[in-house]
Amino acid sequence: MSVPLLEARNVTMRFGGVAAVQDVNLVLGEVELRCLIGPNGAGKSTFFKILTGQLKPTEGVVLFRGQDITGSHPHVIARLGVGIKTQVPNVFNGLTVREGIGIAAGRKKSLRRARQIVEETMELLQLTAIADRMVGQLAHGQRQWVEIASVLAQEPDLILLDEPAAGMTHEEVLRTADLIREINKKQALVVVEHDMQFIRMIGKTVTVFNRGKILIENQVDAVLADPGVRDVYLGKQAH
Amino acid sequence: MKLKTLPRPRQDAGWGGAIATVVGGLVILFGMPMVTGTFGLLQVTVFAALAIFALAQGFIWGFGGILCFGQSAFLGLGGYAYAIGAMNMTDTTGAVALAVIVPMIFAAGLGYFMFYGRISDAYIGVITLTVTIILFNLINSTSGDIYHIGAAPLGGFNGIPSVPPLNIPGNPDDQLDPTGLWYCAMGALILCYILLKWVLATRFGRVVVAIRENETRAQLLGYDPRLFKLLTFVIGAGISGVAGCLYTNWGAFISPTVFSLTMSAQVIIYVLVGGLGTLIGPILGAVAIQYLITLAGGQHVIDPNLMLGIVLVAFVLLVPQGVAPVIRGSVRRLMPSRSVATPAQAEVSQGASQ
Repeated sequence: MSVPLLEARNVTMRFGGVAAVQDVNLVLGEVELRCLIGPNGAGKSTFFKILTGQLKPTEGVVLFRGQDITGSHPHVIARLGVGIKTQVPNVFNGLTVREGIGIAAGRKKSLRRARQIVEETMELLQLTAIADRMVGQLAHGQRQWVEIASVLAQEPDLILLDEPAAGMTHEEVLRTADLIREINKKQALVVVEHDMQFIRMIGKTVTVFNRGKILIENQVDAVLADPGVRDVYLGKQAH
Repeated sequence: MKLKTLPRPRQDAGWGGAIATVVGGLVILFGMPMVTGTFGLLQVTVFAALAIFALAQGFIWGFGGILCFGQSAFLGLGGYAYAIGAMNMTDTTGAVALAVIVPMIFAAGLGYFMFYGRISDAYIGVITLTVTIILFNLINSTSGDIYHIGAAPLGGFNGIPSVPPLNIPGNPDDQLDPTGLWYCAMGALILCYILLKWVLATRFGRVVVAIRENETRAQLLGYDPRLFKLLTFVIGAGISGVAGCLYTNWGAFISPTVFSLTMSAQVIIYVLVGGLGTLIGPILGAVAIQYLITLAGGQHVIDPNLMLGIVLVAFVLLVPQGVAPVIRGSVRRLMPSRSVATPAQAEVSQGASQ
């Protein structure tokens, strides 16, 4: 079997006595699309922080194309080809949209190539009209797009999106779903999302987190039909 | 007349201010000796030296986001490196190089432990403050003949008097007079301004600013904030060293007071008053505050330090963004009316030529 793009083996993260992530095993192939769902506090964002090096797991290893990246510095992991849109938008508030995306596109690339990427990415995400606006002055939804744009401009092989559709209008959600399918033609994605409709729109394989553990991992329809998932995720009164 | 009809490229908006600043600086450089005598020139020379110092602080704090409470450590190291170098060498050119290199090496070592040790911003302030106090006490306790480096006695709290002045490189006998020193100091200020403006326009400079805006994001994009902060800190130290070298030359004297907290506090006030996040602001701040201090020294109504304190409090409360952004803002507000006027003017001029 070929080496998977990403592999987490027995990853555990304890904060004091609390295990935010417990014994998680996850394998992701090249150009795969995976959805992570689970109730608040299930450990999804903590898991993302471990994958990107913002946290060092208490136990377990993370492999990227077979290379051990457990607890490596975030910038080292980013350079290997991992991009993340964080749950709370992490953007350059004091820069313009174009400058911010330029920072993402500009690492180790020629100026001309970087400019080309910036223009293409802004075109793709319909940001060209607000290219010279300060990111800090934009609405929440637009800031989300700017962050997604900077992740794309980085041209990573693995893109982690933590609640990309949060706070978006229905129309924006549809666009995000389209965009994710488009990105998935070339790049692998892991998407954390609460919106079930959204998951249905993009979903292939879905992994469900509950209390730091993986509850179930299956095709989207099977997962959403699973009574156990309904219990933990939607609450018992939902059916 | 034809030139006026050409549309101005957008980038001019960013570079226009810088070009105006450099032109203004050159006018002052050549104009000052015509309007003032030797005493006046000496006065403005120290203003220029301190403006360079302020520029260094404004760069690392306003653009790099590093709050250094002990920038005077690098001013002092530069000043002492020059004094010691100049007393040991016949040509002072090597001493100038030392004045830049010694603070940079020191900053590289200190910065390595601070930034790679992941020390939080507040503690960087505390550490830099402590370092300058340590240097002050260290140099202060070097009285006596046993403390000397080569031919240069360190002199403890009395400092090093009669430091040889700068000379034309390669010609030790051709020493600079006060007018020459003015050209040198003001020229250095203009060059430091251009250098920093250029650094900020490069890819490196843009990442430095991006890290100030959001360190986590920069890191998640593959940039190592520790390295960028370290380099920013080292550049600031080198420029502070230039200021220290000129400061020593101004009085032909250096004493441990350059390491004092007063110096470190003053440079922070220069930047705050002038405008954090600009390069012209710290220069204006340094000149204005130094001018005020000079004025206050000549009267006996109010204590100079008290006055400095009042100025600082007034600015923090009333003009927290500093002088330069306020001026820039009012210029920008005037801009739209001018760009509307331009096509009309063009039509009139074309009509007149026909």
